[in-house]
Amino acid sequence: MNMSANLALLLLLIMTAAGAILIKDLIGAVLVLGSYSFFLALLWAWLGAVDVAFTEAVVGAGLATVFFLLTLFLTVPREDEGQLPRGQWPAYIGLPLLGMLLLYIAEDLPAFGDPASPPNVHLAPEYLTQSVPLTQTPNVVASVLMDYRSLDTLIETAVIFTAGVATACILRRSSVRGSRP
Amino acid sequence: MNAAALETFAIWLQRPNFLTFIVVFLWGLYIMIAHHNLIKKLIGMYLVQTSVIFFFITVSAKTGATVPILVDSDLVRPELYVNPLPHVLMLTAIVVGVATLGVSLALTIAVYRQYGSLDEEVILKQSRE
Repeated sequence: MNMSANLALLLLLIMTAAGAILIKDLIGAVLVLGSYSFFLALLWAWLGAVDVAFTEAVVGAGLATVFFLLTLFLTVPREDEGQLPRGQWPAYIGLPLLGMLLLYIAEDLPAFGDPASPPNVHLAPEYLTQSVPLTQTPNVVASVLMDYRSLDTLIETAVIFTAGVATACILRRSSVRGSRP
Repeated sequence: MNAAALETFAIWLQRPNFLTFIVVFLWGLYIMIAHHNLIKKLIGMYLVQTSVIFFFITVSAKTGATVPILVDSDLVRPELYVNPLPHVLMLTAIVVGVATLGVSLALTIAVYRQYGSLDEEVILKQSRE
């Protein structure tokens, strides 16, 4: 594995995330967020997670950006220049504490790309070796998703259906009642 | 700089993806709490979701391994393929995350039609009247 490509992609990731947060024009921020999703998909493809990468490229970068843009076309595309909101002291105390805790536990995590780390040696080799004998599928991700966790995937489809019905109901009700400008 | 600090620094440098996860996660969480624009809050929520997914994919990476699609199905050597289990779980998480994002954006549109603004302060002021 080439570490410098990883570091360059991480730098691009942080820069695009910062752009999505800092840009005042909301359409620009949302488009930078879409590029953040594409860099994330690129990084995942480079790490070997191809199925996750193309799901992120289609659903995250494509669909989420379209959702954001549709919302902006129906509302205001620019944030108001207000003063900073008050009463944010939980954020200023809690988030540095959380950050220090995360940096503290970094030592207990396996190093990046360690082949002998616990998640990589405990159960995953069983799934890799038994994929073809038990499910006749060379793509291990597809075999786990569709054979071992097929019920879970079915319920996930039910979750997406519920989200679609909820969105339709919210938009229909608010357009009937909200005729005031 | 003493030896213990150098050792801690080396531990962090071995995990650059985890450091990126911390930066994006905390920044997104801060925007969700502190920013007063609702769309910016949702951008923060999306950053938090994708950073957690990124952390799980990082755990699955192995040096010297490739995509988990088996080439020679007779003799499978598990050390040549990356860990597929986090990939499966995160596929579900991405799709469910975008579904919740869609519902929250619809709620944002409903709030805008009711109050005429996306600013949290303006909405709170109007709802108190």
